Amino acid sequence: MGTDNKVATVIVVTSGKGGVGKTTTSASFSSGLALRGNKTVVIDFDVGLRNLDLIMGCERRVVFDIINVINGDAALPRALIKDKHCDNLFVLPASQTRDKDALSLEGVERIINELKETFDYVVCDSPAGIEHGAFSAMYFADEALVVTNPEVSSVRDSDRILGILAAKSKRAVEGLDPVKEHLLVTRYHPGRVAAGEMLSVDDIQEILRIPLLGVIPESESVLQASNSGTPAIHLDKSDVAEAYKDVVARFMGEDVPMRFTTAEKVGLFKRLFGGR
Amino acid sequence: MSLIDNLLDYLRGPDKKTAVVAKERLQIILAHERAGRGAATPDYLPALQEELLEVIAKYIHIDREKIKVQLEKHGEYDVLELNVTLPDHQRLL
Repeated sequence: MGTDNKVATVIVVTSGKGGVGKTTTSASFSSGLALRGNKTVVIDFDVGLRNLDLIMGCERRVVFDIINVINGDAALPRALIKDKHCDNLFVLPASQTRDKDALSLEGVERIINELKETFDYVVCDSPAGIEHGAFSAMYFADEALVVTNPEVSSVRDSDRILGILAAKSKRAVEGLDPVKEHLLVTRYHPGRVAAGEMLSVDDIQEILRIPLLGVIPESESVLQASNSGTPAIHLDKSDVAEAYKDVVARFMGEDVPMRFTTAEKVGLFKRLFGGR
Repeated sequence: MSLIDNLLDYLRGPDKKTAVVAKERLQIILAHERAGRGAATPDYLPALQEELLEVIAKYIHIDREKIKVQLEKHGEYDVLELNVTLPDHQRLL
């Protein structure tokens, strides 16, 4: 047991749609949990298209992966990669070569149960879609971060994922308390929202009807973070890092007001003489 | 844009914003998709639609495309909705 007698929490980072920021969020969120002293492991479920290793900057240290562990080629501790920024954060990479069907539900359950003995938080980075990989990532979840962009297809796919969580997750199937859902709106552009060109956080929340955990603004620093293999939460003074720290604080139960949701006011002068 | 264009835009006020359109479209499609989610659509619907169509066609000349049968959930009730668009001039056969 990591700390006290607390039972480990399994969190899936999911969305349905691709490219909305699941892996970026998994990397920063798990780092944020670790920075607060929680023993955390983040698992890449995107078998065949692994990328969490690149975003975490540990791609050259991958030796064994989740499929190796499931198949018994390697013991779980040997496959865990220690993060270079946080002492109590570990990465379990996806396999790049195997078939995604190798990700058996029994195998995943064995791994998650073993991890729950030593870690406080198990973060599952889901692949896009609603196929086997995404299902395996969400099946054992206690809580879900539903990553959504302010864009129609992303909102629709998030709604679909919420339906699956409510009907097909282990908690649903076994009639336990439902998976606790959190809305995380990413790639948010307050200026465009103010101009009526983008769905607002309130709109999205009204449609999806789940509690809002946070808003991550659209930012150039996300690309810079991935370029260098550093989770965005470590980029000092960037709005994205601040927003992710807020998200982690709220997840841990702190009452932190929303930031980065309103645009600077554009005056009459600027509207008349151009500029955006 | 010139100063005049900007000024005109400013005075004219906004058209219907695309974000508003997006929200309305989502609310409609999701209400529909959520309704079909719980219980799968019953498999008798296509046959029912076909038979209803035959009966109606006996009396009214209608376009096969203009009939819709769907099952929706309104709160606790399942509502079987039958939607037939009659031609402008109803022609008896």
